[in-house]
Amino acid sequence: MKTFMLGWEFPPFISGGLGTACYGLTKAMDRLGIEVIFVLPKVHASHSAGNVKIIGSPGAVGGMPSAGFKNIKFRTIVSQLSPYLDAESYHYNKMRLSREHSQKKSAGLKHSGDIDNYGRNIFDEVHNYADKAVEIAQTEEFDIIHAHDWMTYPAAIAVSQASGRPFVVHVHSTEFDRSGENINQTVYDIERQGMHAAAKVITVSNYTKSLIVRHYGLAPEKIEVVHNAVEPDDDNSSSAFNGNKTGKIVLFLGRITMQKGPEYFVAAAKKVLDVIQDVKFVMVGDGDMMRRTIELAAQLGIGHKVLFAGFLRGDDVKKAYQMADLYVMPSVSEPFGISSLEAMSRNVPVLISKQSGVAETVVHALKVDFWDVNEMANKIVAVLKRPPLHATLCRNGFSEAHKFRWEDSAIKVRKVYEDTLAFCSAT
Amino acid sequence: MASVCFYFQVHQPWRLRHYTVFDRDSNYFDEQKNAEICRKVANKCYLPSNLLMLKLIKKYGGKFKISYSITGVVLEQLERYAPEVLNTFKHLAATGCVEFLGETYYHSLSSLYSKDEFFRQVIAHKKTIERLFGQTPRVFRNTELIYNNNLPALIEEIGGFDAILAEGADHILGYRSPNFVYRPVNGSRLKLLLKNYRLSDDIAFRFSNRGWSQWPLTADKFAHWVNAVNGCGYVVNLFMDYETFGEHQWEDTGIFEFLSHLPGEILKHPDNNFKTPSEVVDSFEAVDSIDVPYTISWADIERDLSAWLGNAMQTNALAEIYKLESRVKSTDDPDIITDWRKLQTSDHFYYMCTKYFSDGDVHKYFNPYDSPYESYINFMNILDNLDYRCSAAIDAKQQRLIACPGGQRRSGRSQKTGNKNLSAVDLCFSERS
Repeated sequence: MKTFMLGWEFPPFISGGLGTACYGLTKAMDRLGIEVIFVLPKVHASHSAGNVKIIGSPGAVGGMPSAGFKNIKFRTIVSQLSPYLDAESYHYNKMRLSREHSQKKSAGLKHSGDIDNYGRNIFDEVHNYADKAVEIAQTEEFDIIHAHDWMTYPAAIAVSQASGRPFVVHVHSTEFDRSGENINQTVYDIERQGMHAAAKVITVSNYTKSLIVRHYGLAPEKIEVVHNAVEPDDDNSSSAFNGNKTGKIVLFLGRITMQKGPEYFVAAAKKVLDVIQDVKFVMVGDGDMMRRTIELAAQLGIGHKVLFAGFLRGDDVKKAYQMADLYVMPSVSEPFGISSLEAMSRNVPVLISKQSGVAETVVHALKVDFWDVNEMANKIVAVLKRPPLHATLCRNGFSEAHKFRWEDSAIKVRKVYEDTLAFCSAT
Repeated sequence: MASVCFYFQVHQPWRLRHYTVFDRDSNYFDEQKNAEICRKVANKCYLPSNLLMLKLIKKYGGKFKISYSITGVVLEQLERYAPEVLNTFKHLAATGCVEFLGETYYHSLSSLYSKDEFFRQVIAHKKTIERLFGQTPRVFRNTELIYNNNLPALIEEIGGFDAILAEGADHILGYRSPNFVYRPVNGSRLKLLLKNYRLSDDIAFRFSNRGWSQWPLTADKFAHWVNAVNGCGYVVNLFMDYETFGEHQWEDTGIFEFLSHLPGEILKHPDNNFKTPSEVVDSFEAVDSIDVPYTISWADIERDLSAWLGNAMQTNALAEIYKLESRVKSTDDPDIITDWRKLQTSDHFYYMCTKYFSDGDVHKYFNPYDSPYESYINFMNILDNLDYRCSAAIDAKQQRLIACPGGQRRSGRSQKTGNKNLSAVDLCFSERS
């Protein structure tokens, strides 16, 4: 079995769950002996200082992390625009531009044309990726094509047409998760076309599966759910960081965008602080709602209690988890939410929104509707105030998180491949 | 000779309402949900079962006998939400074939935490049974059949009881059979009736299990199993939740059909009969003593306390509620004291159980909360409020004493007048010296 895999993010260049999931899954597939040709965009160094921040050390830009893999081969596509722009970052820029646009419009200024130019750039990039992927495909042998998220769907369609091989799409996130009801029509069209053209669709949760059935008109039988997993944390150097910590810390870790619900976190923080004072709310991440969130905290008079750490990676993320007494994921719509599994696997209790895929798979977590700020605060207070609750959640959450193994996800993906190939050869 | 001794447990807790850290009022209980569940169980189980029992007792002319243990908290709810059920229990009591057992009024774990509170609840329950059914309980069953070597001494000290029911757990019986009468260690004069858990669970748990090799279970098949006891035991103790009939095993499983044929099938064998627990005690001598140094119960496969004391949250919640005892009692406020007692019902701690939670088993089925964590959070928020009410009440009491030096006598008088408005339940507690 050989897979032609089309990805957009991969460590160290990640901005979210997509890269983490691709890495975990691919590593497990490698261990199962599944051969993978992994096609990724590669940033052109001179363009890396554009409007999107590249996450990662500059020295790592050239090389792909192929070390340690036996059956995985990486092929890269050079990109003019920074390709490490996932849909969310794209959305972030789009929002910013459209806000500026409407501000200008309300100020009576003429339309600057920024949005169109910007939009063409990202979509041009997606089609450039598709063209180059076809070229690479012509030099490779493979049985099946596997595409991760909308940026790679046009490539999957093109490669499938050129090679005659079937393709599956893997949905880590949809336009509805990222944008609520104010979706970008072009992105939606690409997603819809890809899902319908694919032989099979893999979603990271039943939550996403039902969203796709509802919004994209896909037959449920065509969709297979493969839950994400978590890499075991081999680092035992924990607790050292707790030494100089005073008071409790509640952690938010994720992009500060509409999708992740930062304003609900801050509103809950306000309510918590009405009851207990010795607590700080740390927000790790970056995004288009950063400023608004800072302003909200200030308006509520809790600016000194809500700290913004910016985007962290690697060891800094670990430290953030180590400091935290509770991890809160108040997402408005979260296809999965690997970060909550990471928190659990690092002995941090989690409070997750019911509007998430991970909520359907774990039981040793506190759950809340993202909009129910009162209940969110109620549960935060309980974890901070009651050591037996904290301890029981840690203990059970830790063992539960370790049941999520990427090997199991990879085995399910292999089954999807087998079913797809069997179906295609039969028809 | 094999006697069949039926005991059915009847219990519903006062379920709590959703109560957050921001709530300040003292309405802890979910009136609507309690009414709803009580009426539902009344219609599916209590009412049809009681009518069937009445019919069977009449049909067999006094040869069919049963016993119930009905908690004070379910009696309060039946009185309020389903009085017709209470009436049928009274009819059953009037047949002379039905025995009512003693237990803690609040279905609490007080035997493990507070001797004084345990005594008060057992006596309050006794008075309630006397008032409603005109019987004085002679046989005691502790909450969830919780038992250890300390219990007989407590029960003897209360007085009036001849026997205690307990689980016939393998690890206390060893090679011995549960089908005999036993006695506790330490020279107690009480007798022990032990549950035959295999035959009891065949009805209570396995009846509708299609994967069970003995499915479907018919009355004559079950009667054959009982007949097999002849010669190697006196009594088959069938102890189970009353909700088995119609609620745990739905009507369409044929459970009522089974029950209505069972007395006839049992009585077909000339050596068989039905006995109430008291009759068993009067009929048979104890054959041996049973040593139970570690507490047992009838719950789960472990038959221990882990369903209520299995994790840090449960241990904490129980420790905290009994820690409040002296403060609660020193308020002399009947509302505070009653709320505190309703919170002692074991179900509240059972909901916090994380054992098997991942497997979605029986614990989940009976749990009104989404998770054990939610139930703990809710319970502790309420306990905090109760603690706050205690402080306020104690402060107010002290203020009254300071404000008028003769206040002590006055407050004593006002308490007496207050007694007139107390319910029967409060009287049960207040009359104990």
